[in-house]
Amino acid sequence: MSEKEVKNLEAIFETRIARDEKIEPKDWMPEKYRQTHIRQISQHAHSEVVGMLPEGNWITRAPSLRRKVALLAKVQDEGGHGLYLYSAAETLGISREEMYEQLHTGKAKYSSIFNYPAITWADIGAIGWLVDGAAIINQVALCNTSFGPYARAMVRICKEESFHQRQGYEILLTLCNGTPEQKAMAQDALNRWWWPSLMMFGPRDAESPHTEQSMKWKLKRKTNDELRQQFIDQTVPQAEILGITIPDPDLKWNDTLKKYDFGEIDWDEFWQVVKGHGPCNKERMNARVSAWENGAWVRDAAMAYAEKQEKKKVAKAS
Amino acid sequence: MKDKNLYNYILGIADNSLILGQRLGELCGHGPNLETDIALTNISLDLFGQTRSYYQYAAKIAGNDKTEDDVAFLRIEREYRNVLLVEQPNTHFGYVIARQFLFDTFHLLLMEKLQNSGDEHLAAIAKKGIKEVSYHHRFSGDWIKRLGDGTDESHEKIQEAIDGLWRYTDELFHVTEDDALVIEAGIGVNVSQLKEEYYKQVSEILTEATLTVPENKYFAKGGKEGVHTEQMGYILAELQYMQRTYPNMNW
Ligand SMILES: [Fe+2]
Ligand SMILES: [Fe+2]
Ligand SMILES: [Fe+2]
Repeated sequence: MSEKEVKNLEAIFETRIARDEKIEPKDWMPEKYRQTHIRQISQHAHSEVVGMLPEGNWITRAPSLRRKVALLAKVQDEGGHGLYLYSAAETLGISREEMYEQLHTGKAKYSSIFNYPAITWADIGAIGWLVDGAAIINQVALCNTSFGPYARAMVRICKEESFHQRQGYEILLTLCNGTPEQKAMAQDALNRWWWPSLMMFGPRDAESPHTEQSMKWKLKRKTNDELRQQFIDQTVPQAEILGITIPDPDLKWNDTLKKYDFGEIDWDEFWQVVKGHGPCNKERMNARVSAWENGAWVRDAAMAYAEKQEKKKVAKAS
Repeated sequence: MKDKNLYNYILGIADNSLILGQRLGELCGHGPNLETDIALTNISLDLFGQTRSYYQYAAKIAGNDKTEDDVAFLRIEREYRNVLLVEQPNTHFGYVIARQFLFDTFHLLLMEKLQNSGDEHLAAIAKKGIKEVSYHHRFSGDWIKRLGDGTDESHEKIQEAIDGLWRYTDELFHVTEDDALVIEAGIGVNVSQLKEEYYKQVSEILTEATLTVPENKYFAKGGKEGVHTEQMGYILAELQYMQRTYPNMNW
């Protein structure tokens, strides 16, 4: 293809996106679009799957049967999200094995939030309320993103995420209406999860290199800072209802700007965790890698068995 | 308690679902691939759902405002009546599948009979459970075949697991004194009568999977009377952790 032809295709492609048309896997797309989408979708899929670990940790210890069942179902949903997203990425020409390989070797990232430990039952509430809550804000915009399979996966996922968020909030509400011990557990969880949740929106706009291109492709509708602000404005009143305090002395309503002012995020901590030195980076990766390695003989067996069955079928037919 | 025998009889069924659900819950997020992970979690969810129906009924029989959670979490080890099979650990995927298959085959036979129980509550729970349990049975039976007739390594591993768990199968068919009274009343299922059919079905699938049916005739027992393996204490330590650490609270 000549350079001119490519330019032409690119122009058509950009107009389609501008017209809000969906790009489907078989359509022509610029290589950069493909690579960016593989990166973002697989990273999102990895986040869902690694995200199963901190909460999965509490399944055996959930305090009531009702909570145990709800938590199991939630963690299972996250696995389902991983599955849709891996499938969406596969339509762009990467295999699931390759994506796992990238995760296991550290080449692909996943949301840093899952490198924090879930150490009390209240953390399960805080994760649902804050982490799923932040995820929704990030993801609602993606329901209209330009790549069809990703947009459709997001519609399904967002519905379930808002259910998770309510469930998490309800766990905390029960604790906050409970004994002083329970309320303290909720406060402690908020203290530990608040700042990492704000970090989920990524670096400040000034330090976020992909934003402009992502906006054009509708991988983003708002900037990191705008989304973070939206999250804070929506979450503060919810904390007030719970009667627990957000651990930020600088947090206060700005009546002129009609939004909350808030304190400085510890960006050193953010980069430390991103670079692999958070409290649980090693543990999360070990868990994923050993699940994969210990499962190799099982996957091999399933493949060998399927091949044998196929041969038998062919032998029968001939 | 006015109906101690029936209460114990229900626990004898429900505790199996609780403890097996708990074992499967340990695996969530650690499966050999996502699809299997999700399927095993599904089975765990079904089992906990059944557990809750049984315990809600048992709590009503016990009276004194007892709840399903009191029944689930606040007993001492000797009061849990699950069979030893379901408390065995997730040593590797072969053990998970073997344990599941050896239990599911029994569970399905039990549910088929229990749906005709003279107790309408139990009959209704069984009727609802049958669909779920036949799915579990199909899932574990299919995996027995895949692993048995897959690679040399998988064949060896699943055979090892079947051999290792075989000694826990006989207990499934024991009838305790409490059970006998409930059976006599036309409510309970006489599990000793399921034994022949069970071994026939299990042998068929193992053979189809190119596996050897173990000849071991030495069996372990005790779970139904509350005498468990050393595994059980650890399971309960996790299961009961919150309820024991923070007694009398709502969650
Ligand atoms: Fe999710
Ligand atoms: Fe998500
Ligand atoms: Fe979620």
